[in-house]
Formats: sequence, C-alpha cells, structure tokens
Amino acid sequence: MQKQEQAPVIGAGELPPEVPLALDATDVSVSFRGHRGRWNEVVHSVGLGLERGQVTVLLGESGSGKTVFARSVAGMAPHGARVEGSSVFDGVNLLDLRAAQLRKIHGDRIGMVAQDPNSSLDPMRRIGGQISETILQHRCAPDRKAAHARMLELLDVVQIREPERVARCYPHEISGGMRQRVAIAIAISCNPELIVADEPSSALDASVGARVVELLDDLRVRLATAILFITHDIGIAGRIASKPQDRVAVMLGGRLVELGYANQVLGRACHPYTRALIAAEPSGQVPRGQLAVVPDSIRGRQDWGQLVEVSPGHAAALGAVADLQSSDSVDPEVIS
Amino acid sequence: MSATVLAANDIVKTFGNFTALDHVGFELGRGKVLGVVGESGSGKSTLGRIVMRLLTPDSGTVSLAGQDLFGLSRRDLRKARRRIQLVPQDPRTSLNPTMTVRQNLYFQLRAQGVARVDWAATSTRLLAQVSLTADYLHAYPHELSGGQAQRIAIARSIANNPDVLVCDEAVSALDKSVQAQVLNTFAQLQADTGIAMFFITHDLAVIEHIADDVLVLDRGRAVEQGVTKEVLATPQDAYTRELLAARPLIAPVTSR
Repeated sequence: MQKQEQAPVIGAGELPPEVPLALDATDVSVSFRGHRGRWNEVVHSVGLGLERGQVTVLLGESGSGKTVFARSVAGMAPHGARVEGSSVFDGVNLLDLRAAQLRKIHGDRIGMVAQDPNSSLDPMRRIGGQISETILQHRCAPDRKAAHARMLELLDVVQIREPERVARCYPHEISGGMRQRVAIAIAISCNPELIVADEPSSALDASVGARVVELLDDLRVRLATAILFITHDIGIAGRIASKPQDRVAVMLGGRLVELGYANQVLGRACHPYTRALIAAEPSGQVPRGQLAVVPDSIRGRQDWGQLVEVSPGHAAALGAVADLQSSDSVDPEVIS
Repeated sequence: MSATVLAANDIVKTFGNFTALDHVGFELGRGKVLGVVGESGSGKSTLGRIVMRLLTPDSGTVSLAGQDLFGLSRRDLRKARRRIQLVPQDPRTSLNPTMTVRQNLYFQLRAQGVARVDWAATSTRLLAQVSLTADYLHAYPHELSGGQAQRIAIARSIANNPDVLVCDEAVSALDKSVQAQVLNTFAQLQADTGIAMFFITHDLAVIEHIADDVLVLDRGRAVEQGVTKEVLATPQDAYTRELLAARPLIAPVTSR
C-alpha cells in the first residue's frame, strides 16, 4: 500500500546488501481511551521503514502524533495506548512482546534519547554509575572493571573532555549540553541498531543543540545505527538529515503527508503543508511582519488520503489538494 | 536619528562570586527592536530584569525615556513601570488559567489604572491589535493554542500603550510554524504603535528577522553590538560566528 519501501537504497554501501530494515513499521494506528471509554485514534495507519546508518526525521507540529508514533513502534507506547499494526525489529513484532521481553531489547538494541536530560538522568547518582548500570544490565561487559572502561570510552565517544572527572560528577554539576551527551552515551552504550531521539536538541541552546545534533549525525555513521529523529523544527531536520540516504517524514494530524529523501522533502516539497512549514521559517530575507503562516485550512484538514509516489523515493498524500484554493499557498504546477 | 527610549550604561551585576553582567550598555531607539542574543547563563535575562527594575545592578544606570530608573521616587516609579512591560516566555504559565481572556485583560487594565468604563472597548481593541476577534474574550487559556495564548499575553502587555516591551524568549516555547504568526504580530504592533522592543532570544534566525540592532552577550560581556545586518554579515567575534553556524539550515547539507 505504501510505496516508500520500494525506493532504491542510496548510500547504504557500507552495509552488506542482505541487511534487512532495522525497523519495519506497517499500518501502525494508536488509540487512547477518551471520554466515556470511547477509543480515540491519534495515529492513523502510518508505515515507515528504517535502515541502519540512515536518519529518518519525523517532522510535525505539537499534537501531530509524532512522539506517540515513534514510541509505539519502538515498543514504548505510553500507558493506556492501544497500538495496532506491526513493527518488526529483527524478525520480531515488537507490538506482540511482553514487558519483560521488551526490557531486553530496550537499552540494548534500541536506545532512546529523551528531550530533556534533566528528567532522563537520575539526579541522585553519579554520571559514571548511570552509564555503567546500563552496560552491566545488558551484559555488554563481562565485569564491573570492563564496564567502567567501556563507560569512559563512551564518554570519550560523545566528545566529553576529561571523562574521568565527569564520570564522578552528579548531573547538576555539568552543563545541559553535557547532560544530553551523557544521555546519548547511555543510549549507544550497547551498540544499538536503532536510536529513537525525541527532540534531543530543543531543550538546549541553539549552538549547544547544533553540536548535539552533529554528534548524533556522526555516531550513526560510525556505529551504522538507524536513527528515528523527532523534531518540529525544519532547520534541525535539515541539519541532522545530512546524508543522501536520510529521509524526512512529515506528520500532520496523525498521518504521514509527505515522505522522501531529505533533499526531496526539504528541497522540493510537494505537499502544501510541508511547503507552508518551510515558508514559516523566520529569516532575514523575508520583510518583517510578512512571514508565511500555516493556514488553518491546511493544518485542520483530515482528508489528505494515501501517500502516492510523486518521484522515485518521494511520496506525498495529495488527496485534498485539488479542493484547496490558490490562496492556500499551493502551487499546482509543482505538484504534477 | 530616533530618540532613545531606553538606555543602559555600564551595568555590572554579580551574584556572589558570579559576574552575570560585566560593564554592559546599550541604547534602544524609539520604535526600534533591539535583539539580545546569548546562551543560557550569558546574562541576557538578567539584563532584561534590570531594565525593568526587577533587579538592582551593582553599578551602572538605566534610563527610561530620559528618567533615571533607579533614582525615582516610589510614586514616579509606579508611573514609569507602566511605560515598560514584559512579555514572558510561556503563556501557559503567565496567563491565569482560572480566568477567561476577558478577566485576564481586565485584571491588567485595572492594575494599569484604566477607567472601568473603557475596559470593554479597550479589550476588544487589544485583541484586534494582535489579530484576534472578540470571540476569544470568553475563552479560558487552556482552550487556546500556544500561538493564540501568546498573542493574548502580548495584548495584555500592551494594554496601556507602553513605550517598551521586554520580550524574554517570547517565541521560544512555540513550535517553529506558530512562531511565524507571533513574530508577525510583533512586527505589526511595531508598525502600528511605534513600540520599542527589547527582544531576548537565543535564536539568531529570529533576531535576523525582527531586530534592527543586536547585542550579543557571552558570559556577561557584550562581545558584539551594532546594526543587525552588519553584525550578522561580518561577525567580528568568534562566539557570534559560532552562533551563526548554529543557525538552522533550511536546505539540507547533502555532502560533507
């Protein structure tokens, strides 16, 4: 039904060709029980395939369902969520697994970087201990001594100077950027095949966040990890999706409206919503007071329909485009 | 040259051993926007608080429309405070959640000494100034989107036609796509009312769009200062260049 998986894999040359997708999510729908026990669907049959060494950016505004989708496919659905569809990781559907089985995968083969390192790190424990704990828990090192060595190595990998000193610090003693690096060190401690990064730079200052994004970009190449990167910021999306094989998936109202390689989606966007998001980016080139605003007629629409391939590897849901008026910043010539 | 409406001279502020501001000064012209940029801990919010007289500097002076802000009598200070208003970062915490938009606005109008008979008309006018209709008067803050709530917060700040708005990360809590709307509102206000803005942010793209002049703070020191276009075109300081490099790129970098 969704064509994106048939696209040729560009730039996956470092990996043997038979390597399957790191994660293959098909027709994933997520619902929550709402008023009077009625199920309220917030993600509507979304499919996405992730490859190792590739960044997939999930781009969307608050409430688009991007975090719920990403957590659900990684087997970390929020409490009370009903998840339908399948999310296959190394031949196993994560949605069928029990909590105990998932615990073996999470932290070991799937790493998670949360938005705010202040709440993802334990404030009462030293940095070194928190990293070693994950390593020992998943038996990625034979003993404490080896785990300690591995922990120092990881701090070095995430570009923390003086790893030995930082390992003895508590989270409050280091800067926000360093805390997020520590969170990344924990996520990569067991060489995961997939990292889910949920807005890892948005709680940080611009320049610090940019360096964290660069680090993740570098790590997925070195570790050949798939990264599912969630953001609402199109500038950050362009920064992390820096390689030709990287893809951007645009979410709106719980559906994918556009999916393709980064240069296609960000450079030649064809969905009106994606274009509106790009146009809304503040810049000095636009006269003051004349920034484009995402029209409610686009943001509020539900009937975009299925993704349809517009060029190889690039698909968009353009079901309702014909009904839109030209004032809604849609340029029909570019769509064809 | 436009007249200076807000000026700070040689401000020093320390907290214990920590020097938050180290001889910082600036001038904000009437109807101009001064962008203040820097990372967390660079002292930009401290400077914002000092110019509102919420904090007292160790040394240095602040003048608002020619008056020395720290030499005023209590009575004059109350009047002066009405000339400078804050737009806080997060409207979800700055608007009273148990009050409707109307009550939130009325509360401010009363505090500003506006006559009660004018409250209704003023509220409607304020909403129009931030491009919202009077229908929103009945809404509670939780019923509004982030961008709408922030525009209500702006409407509240401009209730008594202040000379200066201090915007402390006023668009940072918003999604990028909603930011555009609020930035447009600020620009519209500036064009309509000639209000001056002291615009604190860590996002250089926002500064580039909205600010006439820019002040770059790094660990309490003003490392760069001048007309936005010139500073961003030819940054002299290493820290400014780093901030510029961190600016979001719209087009993806396809090869390295």
